[in-house]
Amino acid sequence: MKKIKINSFAVLAFVVTFIFTTFNANANQTRENVIKRGSLNCGVSQGVPGFSNADASGKWAGIDVDLCRAVAAAVLGDANKVKYSPLSAKDRFEVLKAGDIDVLARNTTWTLSRDGGLAVDFVGTNFYDGQGFMIRKAANINSAKKLNNVKVCVETGTTTELNLRDYFKQQKLKYEPVAFTKADEAVAAYDAGRCDVYTTDKSGLAANRTKLKNPADHLILPETISKEPLGPVVRGNDENWANIVRWSLNVMIEAEEYGITQANIDSLKSTEDPAIKRLLGLEGETGKNLSLANTWSYNIIKQVGNYAESYNANVGPKTPVGLARGQNASWRNGGLLYSPPVR
Amino acid sequence: MFLTSQFKTSLRKNLQLSKLLPQLLLIILFCYIVYFFTKNTQINLAARNLNFGFDFLNTNSGFDVQFSLIQYDGSSSYFRSYLVGLLNTLLVSFFGIIFATILGFIVGISRLSPNWIVNKLSLIYVELFRNLPLLLQIFFWYFVVIRSLPSTEKSMVILDFLIINLQGFYIPKFIFSNFIYIFYGLFLALLATFAVKYYATKVFYESGKIIPVFKIFLLLIIIFPIIFSLIGDVSLLIEYPKLVKNFGIFNYVGGVKLVPEFLALLFSLSLYTSAFIAENVRAGILAISKGQKEASKSLGFNNPQTLKLIVIPQALRVIIPPTTNQYLNLTKNSSLAAAIGYPDLAGVFAGTALSQTGKAIEIIFMVMMTYLTISLIISGILNWYNKKIAIVER
Repeated sequence: MKKIKINSFAVLAFVVTFIFTTFNANANQTRENVIKRGSLNCGVSQGVPGFSNADASGKWAGIDVDLCRAVAAAVLGDANKVKYSPLSAKDRFEVLKAGDIDVLARNTTWTLSRDGGLAVDFVGTNFYDGQGFMIRKAANINSAKKLNNVKVCVETGTTTELNLRDYFKQQKLKYEPVAFTKADEAVAAYDAGRCDVYTTDKSGLAANRTKLKNPADHLILPETISKEPLGPVVRGNDENWANIVRWSLNVMIEAEEYGITQANIDSLKSTEDPAIKRLLGLEGETGKNLSLANTWSYNIIKQVGNYAESYNANVGPKTPVGLARGQNASWRNGGLLYSPPVR
Repeated sequence: MFLTSQFKTSLRKNLQLSKLLPQLLLIILFCYIVYFFTKNTQINLAARNLNFGFDFLNTNSGFDVQFSLIQYDGSSSYFRSYLVGLLNTLLVSFFGIIFATILGFIVGISRLSPNWIVNKLSLIYVELFRNLPLLLQIFFWYFVVIRSLPSTEKSMVILDFLIINLQGFYIPKFIFSNFIYIFYGLFLALLATFAVKYYATKVFYESGKIIPVFKIFLLLIIIFPIIFSLIGDVSLLIEYPKLVKNFGIFNYVGGVKLVPEFLALLFSLSLYTSAFIAENVRAGILAISKGQKEASKSLGFNNPQTLKLIVIPQALRVIIPPTTNQYLNLTKNSSLAAAIGYPDLAGVFAGTALSQTGKAIEIIFMVMMTYLTISLIISGILNWYNKKIAIVER
């Protein structure tokens, strides 16, 4: 009898524990969680050179990676305290929503249906892109308007896939999509000859061309068929965290505007310019509004650099990706990059 | 030991209670777990400003799919993309099951062959295909075999009938006019066969004569459609795939196209599953005692009759239950299609549609229910067949 009583008691205890388990709503705590954990979990691509790509030693680099580093510098004071999760286009939003990553910096296009319908927030644009086509030079085609009856390799679960259909529909041309879950698979299939054309954002075309067997045999067609503002994404239920990521990016953009670089930042400490002083954390209370230390913006510029430095090191004309600044120049130089004032 | 009657009664009551209490607690626990997960999902959905619902199924999908059995493009609804995926899953599973069964029976019987070479070759076949991971085999067929085929402009052309290249396999398309007459012919042939069978049974019981029903059936099924197509003026148009050049891009237009992703998946699923079926077949045949065959011989049955009337009916009883499992495995394994971009249910609906809508819970639920339904239907059919051929206890 005794034995049975104990068993029933154990079952009861189990049930009671279940009843008092709190429901997990998990809102508004990202900053606290990151600080408690001591590292930032950042979702990146599975390898797009110049944006987020790991080298042979496993070290990540790219402009998306720099954004992760900037957020880590702002929140934790150390740009290296980032854990990278390579994600496929298909999985990225679900992983973010589940809370496995804190920021998604994975050349993700900002659209209305994603911003409004997926319970995530897009907090800015760190690269203005547009979709294009890559084709073999042997195909003798120099314009996207001449593409007809072609097989197009594309990554599934992307806006690329949707724009592709829109474009061929508008042009009344025929095509056949061959969709893969990973960008790498789509590129490899194109390289092997499974498709005649490969499509993605133009930056991605330039980056992926470097991976082909003979990059010189391939041509990027001049047409840009869509607007692709790429930027970081956070969960939609944490305003403080959205602000931290948004303004981490803005600090990098504004630092370029005021000519503050990784190299000269310490020499600027004696400056009289109030805007620069604010960016260095010497004046105003920018950190307080984000619940961060006032050195947050200084840490970003000192450890990661301004936007121009990040751009030139990763995707600029002197890198293998080789993209001119174009519309990604500061608004002062005729580009689209414009940060609201950091004050 | 001395027990009072009062003590006995209380013991009995306690025993009843002790049997009942855990059951009761288990039910409560079960209800609570269901409640917990439902509630938890609701709270988390609300916290993320997500709403649960299937309205999205009616909206435009906006993406195209490379290979579809029904009319579909980006202006079709998400529900239609679900159907596209479902049909593609059923297509590859259907042909996979047929090929796996045929191959499995051939290899399984060869495993018992007295011929040393046939025997050992089928042994190698079985051990090779059932012991390598399926995903690896899919990759092998897709990335190694198909990727090494020639490009479109240098296609292999076999007897003007089959064109093989990296972008797919092409065969001519047969277009019949007045096809319905052939159908009438087939239908009538079936009716006639039933009549013959009825007559043959009657003759057999009356006089013991055997009328070869199957041969008559073969004859009818050929002759009737031919006669009918002559009556109905049926004509056949063969559309051959044509090589078209657009600037420097070559393309086959027309005919029937089999995409490489489908072929790679079909090959690997069929070969992998056939190895298991072969072992089931071998087990089934070995399970019949030698005495059965000897008894059949001594009753005067010849070899084909022994096989048809004594061995196979009994072997099937052993073969079918484990083969049902293999059919279910094949169907579920077809979801590995996503790895090579074949647009099946898991790829199109649980993949592309999910990431375009973000309706993870609804879509995964639908896909799970769909696979469950397909599996239950397959096992239902085979259970029915198994019951039909089971020993009737008298």
